[in-house]
Amino acid sequence: MPNPYASTGSVATVAASVSGNDSLNDFGGGPEGSSRDSRVPRMGARQVVRRLLGYVGPHRISLVVSFAASVASICLQLYVPILIGRGIDCILGPGEVDFDALAGVLAMLAAVVVAAAVTQWLQGYCVNRLACETARDLRLAASAKLSRVPVSVIDGHAHGDLISRVVNDVDQVGDGLLQGLTQLFSGVVTIVGTLGFMLATSAPMALVVVLVTPLSVFAATAIAKCSNRSFTEQQRIQGGLGAYIEEYVGVQRLVAACAYGERSRAGFDALNAELYAVGERAQFLSSLSNPGTRFINNIIYAVVAVLGCLGVITGFPARLTVGEVQVFLSYANQYTKPFNEVTGVIAQIQTAFASARRVFALLDASEVAPDAPGAPELADPRGAVAFEHVDFSYVAHRPLLRDICIEAEPGARVALVGPTGCGKTTLINLLLRFYDVDAGVLRVDGRPVGEYARASLRRSFGMVLQESWLFEGTVHDNIAYGRPEATRAQVEEAARRARADAFIRALPQGYDTVLPEGGGSLSQGQRQLLCIARVMLTDPAVLLLDEATSSIDTRTELQVQAAFDELMRDRTSFVVAHRLSTVRDADCILVMRDGRIVERGRHEELLAADGAYAALYRSQFA
Amino acid sequence: MFQLFRRFAGPYLFQIVVGPACKLIEVLFDLLTPLVIARMIDAAVAARDVDALLRYGVLLAGMAVVGICFTLVCQKMAALASQGMGTAIRGALFEHVNELSYAELDRFGTPSLITRITNDVNQVQLAIALGIRQLIRWPFLAVGSMVAALLIDVELGVIFLEATPLIGFVFWFVMARCVPYFRQMQQKLDRIGLITREGLSGVRVVRAFVREEHERERFAEAAREQAATAIAAGRLSSTLNPVTFLVMNLAVCAILWRGGVRVDAGGFTQGQVVAFVNYMTQTLLSIVYVANLVVVFTRASASAARVNEVLRCVPGIADEATAPVDLSAVAAGADEALALRLDGATFSYPDAAAPAVEDVSLELRCGGTLGVIGGTGSGKSTLVSLLPRLYDATAGAVEVMGVDVRSWPLDQLRRAVSIVPQKAELVSGTIRSNLLWRDVEADDAELWSALEAAQAGEFVRALPDGLDAHVEAGGANFSGGQRQRLTIARALVGAPEVLILDDSSSALDFKTDAALRAAVRGLARAATTRSGLPLTCVIVSQRVSSVRDADRICVMSHGRAVGLGPHAQLMEGCGLYREICASQLSEAEMAAVGAGAPAAEPRRPGCCATEGDECRDA
Repeated sequence: MPNPYASTGSVATVAASVSGNDSLNDFGGGPEGSSRDSRVPRMGARQVVRRLLGYVGPHRISLVVSFAASVASICLQLYVPILIGRGIDCILGPGEVDFDALAGVLAMLAAVVVAAAVTQWLQGYCVNRLACETARDLRLAASAKLSRVPVSVIDGHAHGDLISRVVNDVDQVGDGLLQGLTQLFSGVVTIVGTLGFMLATSAPMALVVVLVTPLSVFAATAIAKCSNRSFTEQQRIQGGLGAYIEEYVGVQRLVAACAYGERSRAGFDALNAELYAVGERAQFLSSLSNPGTRFINNIIYAVVAVLGCLGVITGFPARLTVGEVQVFLSYANQYTKPFNEVTGVIAQIQTAFASARRVFALLDASEVAPDAPGAPELADPRGAVAFEHVDFSYVAHRPLLRDICIEAEPGARVALVGPTGCGKTTLINLLLRFYDVDAGVLRVDGRPVGEYARASLRRSFGMVLQESWLFEGTVHDNIAYGRPEATRAQVEEAARRARADAFIRALPQGYDTVLPEGGGSLSQGQRQLLCIARVMLTDPAVLLLDEATSSIDTRTELQVQAAFDELMRDRTSFVVAHRLSTVRDADCILVMRDGRIVERGRHEELLAADGAYAALYRSQFA
Repeated sequence: MFQLFRRFAGPYLFQIVVGPACKLIEVLFDLLTPLVIARMIDAAVAARDVDALLRYGVLLAGMAVVGICFTLVCQKMAALASQGMGTAIRGALFEHVNELSYAELDRFGTPSLITRITNDVNQVQLAIALGIRQLIRWPFLAVGSMVAALLIDVELGVIFLEATPLIGFVFWFVMARCVPYFRQMQQKLDRIGLITREGLSGVRVVRAFVREEHERERFAEAAREQAATAIAAGRLSSTLNPVTFLVMNLAVCAILWRGGVRVDAGGFTQGQVVAFVNYMTQTLLSIVYVANLVVVFTRASASAARVNEVLRCVPGIADEATAPVDLSAVAAGADEALALRLDGATFSYPDAAAPAVEDVSLELRCGGTLGVIGGTGSGKSTLVSLLPRLYDATAGAVEVMGVDVRSWPLDQLRRAVSIVPQKAELVSGTIRSNLLWRDVEADDAELWSALEAAQAGEFVRALPDGLDAHVEAGGANFSGGQRQRLTIARALVGAPEVLILDDSSSALDFKTDAALRAAVRGLARAATTRSGLPLTCVIVSQRVSSVRDADRICVMSHGRAVGLGPHAQLMEGCGLYREICASQLSEAEMAAVGAGAPAAEPRRPGCCATEGDECRDA
């Protein structure tokens, strides 16, 4: 149930909305496919491979073994037809079978086949292992990176896109790139190997095969070119149809409520008919590629058979045995195969390259500057916070905060009110050093925040945001997130003080109940209470509440409010709120507009002054 | 799969029969090729007859040409039939989804329905195409090669009968063991996604609590597990090709040896041995293809089942009424007529433990206003969904204009009862195309008056293209408040008899909300509906201020109406209502309205108006 009050900018949306199309949107050097950033050159293929090799390096044994096994396996496999041919040549006619020779050949054949099978397995296993391990390492690097990038990078990118880089793109690199490259490699080895074996058997016949096989490649590429065009068209229409379905099925309830079904169907039918026409053509053309190459191969087969047999009879174009003809017949097929497959493999590698670029762009993202060596810890914080002439902007030419001065004594309650986008939540971003100030100084306990070791600074703050964040894990673990070593008794105590103990005990496994991602069936209020308990447990010196009750209905808020009051007792607190009940009791209310503080004072003072705050207050009423 | 086939294959029977038949001819030629080569060796080479050799060569080429011609026909048939059936299935599915009621839509869920119409239908379509093109080819080639080999020589043919099942067994054995691994792999990959998503959405919490290291470790563990599973799966699945290769070539060894014995004894030729070797290769390669087909068809039959599930689902709300409801009769006695009547209305969602709406009875006169208030999940929205028959009450009666909703023609009912859902939804197009949803014939004057009443006139006028302003999918180029006002305007077009605002002004500030309600009251008095009935209004809200002036307020809690009456009366007699008011109104105001007088000096804690929508519009 959406809260009845306009949900105002959560921290992330503020940053995301201002970062529209500026450099935040790229990972400071991540060029992938973003047309708006043409300054950074696209990462070249060689560069991608070189960087990938860096990740492959630790697993180079797998790589070397797989290449070696691949060469061995292909050579052995190619030797098989020759042995079969020799075997056939031992069988000339009644009484003309050389059993000794045949037995030798067959023993050899069996040995070669077994060896080929083993090396083939070894090659497959090593490539897979290599792909999996490289993907794992890339993932670990990507995840480590995400924990080091500035919050602005995470705010400025769609989370789905980042997740897809970590999950899908990395998989693509593993499967597509590594397996594609090994496939390409074995293709080349097959061609070279076949050529070698054919030359060794009979040079003139080899020449025949080499001369006629390009036919099949031409046929395949010609068909692919034709069908590609229809495929692109088909994809376009399919995309349109998909969007239509997505949109109209998404609002199906509305369609029903408005009795709009017939007309939405008419729109669908038109697109569907269009898809039929193009899809039929695309499918037909693409389905020609197999029979087409098969046809050419059949012709080649006939030519090789005739010329080969001619060679057996007349010695022209080459002196051959029947067994050797059989060898050429099988080679003719084998030789063309890599050529026909190469288009597919290259397409696969291209997709994988795009994925690799996206992953590397993420890995190239700029990082948060590390703490200065010997940065002091913020030990036993008193909770004195001061903003001195602070300026800040997310985007270079659009200043957001201007000349902000706030002085909060330990234990003071400071409330921030003002319209969306006026910079209220940005103050919290600055306090926690998610972003750094452009000008001015922000002090905690008298020292600029930039000087402290980040971790110690953040540990002295407690934060409750509008969106409650719960992860997949037990209730206990969720509450103890900020203090993992806390005992059950401490966790229960924190929950009691947050007024959360009662409902937790009502859960099936109490504190050991596993919550799904996002909190599952818990109500908004209950989720928020867990987040409050979490902060309660860490006992911070300064408390930051950012619209913490805005997604809760008013009756629940009353219950949560008691927990907040408990939490705020004796702590410096900054409260961003739109419900004035929280604001009214503040020691100081700051009214912000366009990045400046336009008014400050207590509730009564401000009402009496009859300025912006009073207007804001009155404007709620009809 | 078969059910879909039975229902949709009708118009394509010709293609479905002719396609595979043509393919069969190509396969026959493929099967004959080794025989021709065998003849070439035995007859032409042995006799050193170059003319005969060339004749056989031409025969081979001719077979290839005829083969490709038939194949082209088959491919065309496959494309026609599969795309045709796919299009028909897609259309039928979309049409059926249109007819589903809210209950079924809830059950399937929107994302699932979308996948079914797009992905699943594509899978089925692909399977039909492959079925026509290959279902005949590969099994026939495998069996045919085997039969041909057996025809040449039964004794040697036995090797086929041994090798083929062996390959089949290997496939079954390996795949059966791989599938659970693949499933596990996917689950572990999903977990990696989950942890990444949590880390991103909670980046502030993670960093504020300095738990980056912990999150990294959690991720690393998941990534390592996934890699280990993938490697184990790979170790197993990479045995498939080598083992096939091994069995195939060992079988060739056997053929050569036994063939040698037979040739030596006489009655068997070298050419026939070559043919045997070729048939063996062909059989085993075909089996590999058959295995691939099995995978495609398994996937497609799962898709087909999902498509069928939707098609088979009977819409819970049937349009059974035969004659339209005559509203003029109601209009004649408008002053007395009841617009809405619920009598013991109860509704349970399927599989829900408790009813969402339980035993609600209320009446509202034509032109009246009903307020519905209550906490999150109290059944407010479900209650009003019963009125336009978005859900059918599981018990009790629901009447609109004195007629049971089940006796209304569905279209007429939904034109008469216009509901503005909680979520403001617009589709891509223009403002005009979105406003015309309920009534295609509405003219501009009507659109503008709807926009004015919905407090949207001003900002639409400010757009350069006015009514023709472009609307992106989901209305993404408008703010939440603008979207809400546009959807309210849309509900007003077509002059409905009943307007339901289902918490649909939540993104509006108090001032705009009040102006909206005043405008709606104006419409109610003006009797603007076509039937001459005054507009009856139902307002669902969490805000006391939105419902306070309603003729009647229904207070919902856990699906029950715990209070029903005007504001003053509820302040007296309804504890829950007083509690809700207490959380939103100041003490002075409580006392004031409690005494039945309008609030003198309202002190309502609530949304800063400037934080709401208005400033975003500016």
